[in-house]
Amino acid sequence: MHEKKLTMRGVFVNGIINENPIFRLVLGICPTLAATTSATNGLGMGLAASFVLLGSNIVISLLRNLIPDKVRIPAFIVVISTFVTIVQLLMQAFVPALYDALGLFIPLIVVNCIILARAEAFASRNSLLLSAADGLGMGMGFTIALIIIGSIRELLGSGTIFGTALFGASFEPMLLAVMAPGGFLILGLVLGIVNAITDRINARKGAKV
Amino acid sequence: MELTLTNFLLFMVNCILTNNFIFSRYLGCCPFLGVSSKVETAAGMGFAVTFVMALASLFTYLVYHYVLVPLQLTYLITISFILVIASLVQFVEMFMKKSMPSLYNALGIYLPLITTNCAVLGATILNIDNNYNLLWSVLNGVFGALGFLLAIVLMAGVRERLESSNIPKAFKGFPISLVVAGLMSVAFLGFAGLGKM
Repeated sequence: MHEKKLTMRGVFVNGIINENPIFRLVLGICPTLAATTSATNGLGMGLAASFVLLGSNIVISLLRNLIPDKVRIPAFIVVISTFVTIVQLLMQAFVPALYDALGLFIPLIVVNCIILARAEAFASRNSLLLSAADGLGMGMGFTIALIIIGSIRELLGSGTIFGTALFGASFEPMLLAVMAPGGFLILGLVLGIVNAITDRINARKGAKV
Repeated sequence: MELTLTNFLLFMVNCILTNNFIFSRYLGCCPFLGVSSKVETAAGMGFAVTFVMALASLFTYLVYHYVLVPLQLTYLITISFILVIASLVQFVEMFMKKSMPSLYNALGIYLPLITTNCAVLGATILNIDNNYNLLWSVLNGVFGALGFLLAIVLMAGVRERLESSNIPKAFKGFPISLVVAGLMSVAFLGFAGLGKM
């Protein structure tokens, strides 16, 4: 990645596909498990985290020459928690139902490994526009992954996606999927399937070359 | 809640088993998956978390009730708590290095990781949300962390076995660990209703 020149589009797509925070990097598992009991919750969590990622990446990129190396982690955490507080207050004011559903996990965006990892690995070394693109890309990658997992869990657990019923009244919901164990099981299975697909694609690419 | 033996035992069962941080609240999953490949390291991490979580519960309680509430700054709870935890971790690390080198050698490398362990921040915010007083806050920290310790040691035991078993290539590493965690979580579901307060 460091050999070729970074483009905004490349960085953005990288966050969604090659380095998808959940499917490829496996970071930020706690909010992934807690916020995917329905597709709507997944979307809300994804957007909240994307906002924080974008904001903290921009600010940290701007401050990257001002922050002394020794205190960079505390400085990053302060920037990140400021944005989290902003999101928390906005959500409380405009989407109180979603805020209640996600509850504790909104303040916990502060300790979401993805955000600190991108601040440390990307924003503190790259220019403003690239860091913004990285924040957006990673945020979108995170949101898409949350929606996929949220939809699967909602579909199995209550027979709906985004609240719309897909099966008739005779559908027996599999409650386990929306309970605590279901999160671990379904995320594990989805990760395994994603790995299998990527392996197959890579094998095909290898065969062509 | 007054402190009686029954309340104390119920609270302990509730924190360690029924509302286990990992298996029913999804808190602290990153170290749970990241540092659980060996039983010794898992236990080290668990004890380090217990130590920090007890101290963090104590200090965040004091900060919230004696600084934030009087100054009407309670909306700064997230920022102030994470700063308290980060500086506490740093302080504990320096203190241990100087005065308890043997303990530092055993736990030292896990300490910096604890700042980003969401179970610690989660526990301190839960203390405030549930209106626990100082004593129950600290007990919540200690017992919650013991639940974490139990979960991570159990997981490490299973993962040591997984090393030598025949798993499909795509499921090696994280996916199979998550499936294992799911099955353990089903087992912990059996404690539901125990220690209800």
